[in-house]
Amino acid sequence: MTTPLSAPLEISFDYTRSLGPVLSKFMTALAERRILGSLASDGRVCVPPAEFDPVSFAPTQELVQVGPSGTVLTWSWQPEPREGQPLDRPFGWALIKLDGADTAMLHAVDSGSASRMSTGMRVRPRWSESPSGRITDIICFEPAAGEVEAQPAAAGKASATTMITTPVRLHYQHSASAEESRYLLALRQGKIIGQRCPACGKVYVPPRGACPVDGVPTTTDVELPDRGTVTTFCVVNVPFQGQRVEPPYVAAAILLDGADIAFQHLILGCEPSAVRMGMRVRAVWKPPEQWGTTSENIDHFEPTGEPDAPYDSYAHQL
Amino acid sequence: MSSQRAAVLGTGQTHHRSKRPDVSIAGLCREAVDRALADAGVELADMDAVVVGKAPDLFEGVMMPELYLADALGAVGKPLLRVHTAGSVGGATGVVAASLVQAGLHRRVLAVAFEKQSESNAMWALSIMPPFSMPLLAGAGGYFAPHVRSYIRRSGAPAHIGAMVAVKDRRNGARNPYAHLQQPGITLESVQASPMLWDPVRYDETCPSSDGACAVVIGDQAAAEASPHPVAWIRATSMRTEPTMFAGKDNVNPRAGADAAAALWSRAGISRPVDQIDVAEIYVPFSWFEPMWLENLGFAAPGDGWKLTEAGETEIGGLIPVNPSGGVLCSNPIGASGLLRFAEAAMQVMGKAGEHQVAGARTALGHAYGGGSQYFSMWLVADCPD
Amino acid sequence: MTDVAVVGFAEAPNVRRTGGTTNGVEMLVPIFRQVLDQTGLTRADIGFWCSGSSDYLAGRAFSFVSAVDAIGAFPPVMESHVEMDGAWALYEAWVKVLTGEADVALAYGFGKSSAGDLRRVLALQLDPYLLAPLWPDSVAIAALQARLGLDKGIWTERGMAEVAVRSRAAARSNPNAQLSGTVTADELLARPVIADPLRAHDCAPITDGAAVVVIAAGDRARELCRRPAWITGFEHRIDSGALGARDLTAAPSAAAAGAAARAATVDIAELHAPFTHQELLLRDALELPDSARISPSGGALAGNPMFAAGLARIGHAARQIMTASAGRALGHATSGPALQQNLVCVLEAR
Repeated sequence: MTTPLSAPLEISFDYTRSLGPVLSKFMTALAERRILGSLASDGRVCVPPAEFDPVSFAPTQELVQVGPSGTVLTWSWQPEPREGQPLDRPFGWALIKLDGADTAMLHAVDSGSASRMSTGMRVRPRWSESPSGRITDIICFEPAAGEVEAQPAAAGKASATTMITTPVRLHYQHSASAEESRYLLALRQGKIIGQRCPACGKVYVPPRGACPVDGVPTTTDVELPDRGTVTTFCVVNVPFQGQRVEPPYVAAAILLDGADIAFQHLILGCEPSAVRMGMRVRAVWKPPEQWGTTSENIDHFEPTGEPDAPYDSYAHQL
Repeated sequence: MSSQRAAVLGTGQTHHRSKRPDVSIAGLCREAVDRALADAGVELADMDAVVVGKAPDLFEGVMMPELYLADALGAVGKPLLRVHTAGSVGGATGVVAASLVQAGLHRRVLAVAFEKQSESNAMWALSIMPPFSMPLLAGAGGYFAPHVRSYIRRSGAPAHIGAMVAVKDRRNGARNPYAHLQQPGITLESVQASPMLWDPVRYDETCPSSDGACAVVIGDQAAAEASPHPVAWIRATSMRTEPTMFAGKDNVNPRAGADAAAALWSRAGISRPVDQIDVAEIYVPFSWFEPMWLENLGFAAPGDGWKLTEAGETEIGGLIPVNPSGGVLCSNPIGASGLLRFAEAAMQVMGKAGEHQVAGARTALGHAYGGGSQYFSMWLVADCPD
Repeated sequence: MTDVAVVGFAEAPNVRRTGGTTNGVEMLVPIFRQVLDQTGLTRADIGFWCSGSSDYLAGRAFSFVSAVDAIGAFPPVMESHVEMDGAWALYEAWVKVLTGEADVALAYGFGKSSAGDLRRVLALQLDPYLLAPLWPDSVAIAALQARLGLDKGIWTERGMAEVAVRSRAAARSNPNAQLSGTVTADELLARPVIADPLRAHDCAPITDGAAVVVIAAGDRARELCRRPAWITGFEHRIDSGALGARDLTAAPSAAAAGAAARAATVDIAELHAPFTHQELLLRDALELPDSARISPSGGALAGNPMFAAGLARIGHAARQIMTASAGRALGHATSGPALQQNLVCVLEAR
């Protein structure tokens, strides 16, 4: 069996997060080089602040200033920094209990080497020169020998921070199933392969990992013609991201002759208003030199001009 | 092996908006939770377990958000579950929370479902296609429009039915202080003049994208009987799933929905839903799904659902009011929408629906569906246990 | 309370990289077949199906939806899903059976960690405002916990290495294990740290896999299995998500779940401990007797298919009962960073 096809998949978005009242105060203070903690009803100071009291569950009302220095309660080492992390050279992670706090916060420590990290070491924040009211306004912590002078608060930003933007970029290697791979390889040859379920005998195109009705792999390849019937459709009028064709155009469910399930594709080559349920269509392929392992080898479907299929021939597919 | 009685002690929801920039994710949930607790007359500390429901994690970019939310939801030290059944998840949240009480495991359970879609973009999240898939041709809403066309063809429904539903739901939403879209002045003409998005579905016939949350406090019989406020007894729940796509799937009248409804009616001893149910909150994200679901749920025979709509029978005051809250057409925080239907049904029989109250409502249906008409969950609530 | 028992268990081979897809169908179809064959059930006999999986492992929203193809869900079935380890799907299934709505239920979990960068994606489990933007490495977080215990003298590096030695030795008799073999603690301790103080052997491998467990009520269980593993305790709890606000050398949620489930009297404990120090932590938290054998399957250190590993622990514990190798056994599952959430399922023979 051929190795299934695989391709990279990147998920990427800049998430916009509104902070709410407590975190807004915290982030605004970071831009002023102040670190705040929440005062809980049992007298403990939680850093970073808890939005809701850990004992009473009531919304946090009071924030108090802590640090800026603190003590490392525990640490680890990041020998190979990863994308998005605070530093691009090896660094330590630590739970740091800031002076005045009863809980610890997690952040990076730029000590230079693991041998210079220790439980109990004193650290102080290294502040960003261009704060924006986010946790990375503390670039990282660094070893602090001796007493640290209280730093004057920075001017901060003109207005309170109420939102942060967090880019999230994730990289995957996506594998097609064995069935899907055979289908895609056939498309590269200009052929459409459906697959028949050994239990119910239905032909699926594109193929699925298992027949959804019987839960068994669809193992028999069936070559299908590239013509069929429009079972139902809509006329797309609205623009959206990644759209190929300018609206209006028809997205239709097309039941290829010999298949038992319709799939969605474009109808071009006629006015959208001319498309109707039951219309007979055939594939219009891209030039063979452009073919790859993709359903996009078929550019669109166009009317064949044959008489419409009778309603009863596809009514059960709706 | 028996199912114990369970009842809704209180409900709460947020003011649903396209963006809630005034709260964090935890804050959004707590707004609904705090209202539900107040409605039930209980405290967060009184909850024995918490069930969280929301749709894909990609919407907010937080993996398994119940881990982050445990503190805010008062769940530290307690059992916490997070269910995810696509768009029906709000309904599944209610069903699972109810089952914890029905199984005799807990006395009071908090169910909370939410979506903060403005953290990303629902259209983006719903449109991510992995390699080798056909690129999305029609956009998320365009998946459903062809099935609407099939319904119209199959039933012979006149073209204005979809617009009638939109007018009704948006006007109902104007009586609901929490609804995202409130359009008291909407008319049939204005809907029919709105842009055609995916023919035959128009702009005003589609749901918005909302930030919002819903919470429900469910208690056992003792808790219900001790409540000084009216409760909504959970007479029955049901859930069914079928594959999104399979050869011969009926996308207009999906069997999973029909089976779930049949199981619900049977369990509750309902033989004629249209007569015996006083109000239905059903998941209608595109207006034509009202007549489709009326048939799927057994309120009307196949092909006749649109007649109830056309005759005005689904208005407040009609034979079977549908979505007096304004429904999903007015507010759609995807993860919460199903639980909102369940909560609104409970509010009706508790007499707490304010300006959108159906007078004398004693039994109500809450319904949710998700995926490509794949997951269905529903519950029947009433003002008395049997 | 209704008597419910585990009557069947199967798991896919734990491998570094499956050739199958992220929707798990290729891993699930064969093991569904196995449990149905074990019990003599057909798909139609399953009254409730429940799965555990994560979209973020797959890189797509609704990734669990395609897994439903492996069920053959037509005619429609009663089915649900948790975005958690399959152990919690089993919990939901157990609750369903207790309500009387089903007398046979099947829970499954699956995950293809190899598709993405697991250590990186798990950063998204952390507080989205305060922690996730730093992209903390999941192994580093476990390392913070490990060092706290080392500093306090609760465990030692040698003790941790011995956990790995025992895991690999035990896994030799588990044909589905990913890592097995004979090593000594000295050999392991000679290797360098990868996330100080953790060495490679202290960390579970990256694993693709799946697991399935079938439960049944009362007499139905006795029809399906000669020695059902009766569930006598099934509890779960969660701790704070604020890493610096709890004592990471303890797992109060595991202790509470274990106490409520009466874990302290088992012969066998299958612990979902992806890090060696966590096995030592959990032994204490669950107050396991010294006589208890820990993770005879090799545990998560021998193979850690995300979203299936916890369910597999319960399955392996049940198998000990079903094969008359133990009288009382426990399966444990964990979720979240540094043992934030814990589940305990206690099973016994009758």
